[in-house]
Amino acid sequence: MSGKPRLTYLNGRGRMEPIRWLLAAAGVEFEEVFLQTKEQYDKLIKDGLLLFQQVPLVEIDGMKMVQTRAILSYIAGKYNLYGKDLKERALIDMYVEGISDLMQMILMFPFSPPDAKEKNLDSIKEKATNRYFPVFEKVLKQHGQDFLVGNKFSWADVQLIEAILAVEEKIPAVLSGFPQLQAFKTKMSNMPTIKKFLQPGSPRKPPPDDHYVETVLKVFKR
Amino acid sequence: MSGKPKLHYFNGRGRMEPIRWLLAEAGVEFEESFLEKKDDLLKLQKDGSLLFQQVPMVEIDGMKMVQTRAIANYIAAKYNLYGKDLKERALIDMYVEGMFDLNEQLMSYGYQPADKKEQHFANMMDKATNRYFPVFEKALKDHGQDFLVGNQFSRADVQLLEIILMAEECKPDILAKFPLLQSFKAIISNIPTIKKFLQPGSQRKQPVREEEVPKVIAIFY
Repeated sequence: MSGKPRLTYLNGRGRMEPIRWLLAAAGVEFEEVFLQTKEQYDKLIKDGLLLFQQVPLVEIDGMKMVQTRAILSYIAGKYNLYGKDLKERALIDMYVEGISDLMQMILMFPFSPPDAKEKNLDSIKEKATNRYFPVFEKVLKQHGQDFLVGNKFSWADVQLIEAILAVEEKIPAVLSGFPQLQAFKTKMSNMPTIKKFLQPGSPRKPPPDDHYVETVLKVFKR
Repeated sequence: MSGKPKLHYFNGRGRMEPIRWLLAEAGVEFEESFLEKKDDLLKLQKDGSLLFQQVPMVEIDGMKMVQTRAIANYIAAKYNLYGKDLKERALIDMYVEGMFDLNEQLMSYGYQPADKKEQHFANMMDKATNRYFPVFEKALKDHGQDFLVGNQFSRADVQLLEIILMAEECKPDILAKFPLLQSFKAIISNIPTIKKFLQPGSQRKQPVREEEVPKVIAIFY
C-alpha cells in the first residue's frame, strides 16, 4: 500500500474532478481506480465500501471517504487551503458553494435531452456572466490581491480556476467582460502545481463526451 | 441592533430549517425577517445583500452569509458542534452531507407537481429506509454511544433528528426497523435546547401546506 490517496470513480470528470484539482493543487500524488462496468460498482456496494452506496470514494489517511464536499473539506483542512480562521473559512465556503452551484449546471449538461441543450447552455452562460463571475471580479478588484481570500492560496482559488476553464470550454469568450478574472486565470495557471496539472499526461480528465455519458448511464443503472 | 443573528427567508422550512435547528441546538437566539412576496426578494438583491442573489441569508458576526452549507459550517464551528479534530470533522461532514441529500428530497416534496408526488414520495421513503437510516443505525450500534461522532453532541446529531422527524411526518412508523434510531430520537429530543425548540411557539417551522405553495413559488420565480 502506497500511502497515497486512492480515488475510485469513472474515468471522467463528474463529481470527482474538483477533488483531483484540489489534490493536484496541494501537490499531493494520488492513485485512481476507474469504474467501467455495473458489476464493478455493484461489488463496491456489496463489499460495504461506499457509506451511502455512492461514489466518489477517496481512501485517504485510513478513511474511506465519500461525499464530495466532505472529501474536499478534509483535503483543504489538511493542506492548509482553508483560510487562517473561522471567518476566512466562512468566506471560502461561501465562494466555493456558489461556484459549486455553477459547476453543477456544467456537470448535468451532457445528460440534458438534445432539445434542452441549447437552453441549458444559455442558462450556464447567463449564470456565469450575471451571477457568479461578477462576484469574483469584484472581490479581486476590491482587495487587489492575487488570491480570493486572505491574500493566500486557498481552496476557493482552485475551485474558481477549475470553473473558469470549464465554462470557457463551452463559451470561449466568457471572460471578455472580466479583466480581473483574466489575470487571475493566468496567475493560477502558472502556479507550479496547477501548471503541472494542466499539462498533458496529468490526472486531469477531458471534457465529457458521448462515451462518458454512456458509461455513466451503464454503470449507475438501477 | 441586537447582535443576534438575523435570518432572511420565507416563513417556512425550505433551506433555512437546518440552520434554525443548529442555532437552536447551540442555544443561540435569533431574529427572522420573512420574505412574503417577490418584491421583498428583489429589494434584498438590489441592496446588494445577497452575494449570489439568493436566500438563505444570515446576518451574523458582521457578515451577510449566504449558502446553506457555508452558514451551517460557520455556526457549527463557532459553537463547537463540529468535532474535536479534522478526522471527526470528516466523519461529521460525511454524515451531514448524506443527510443534506435526504433533506433535499424531504424538503422539496411539498413543492412537487401533483403527477410527480407519488413517485417522489416512494423514492424518498426508499432512500430513507434503505440508504440513510441503516448507516446511522449501524454507527450507533457499532460504538454504543448516545451521539453519532466522538461521544459528543455535534451538528450531525441535530441534523439526524431533524430528518428523522421530517421522515416521520411522511410515514409515522418509518423507524419501525431502527431501534437505536428510536432511542437516539428520544435522547436528542430531551436535550434542553432541543426540547425547547420542539415545543409550540418556538421558531421551528411547519411543513409547507399545499395552499401556501403558489405563494412561495411566486417569491422565487
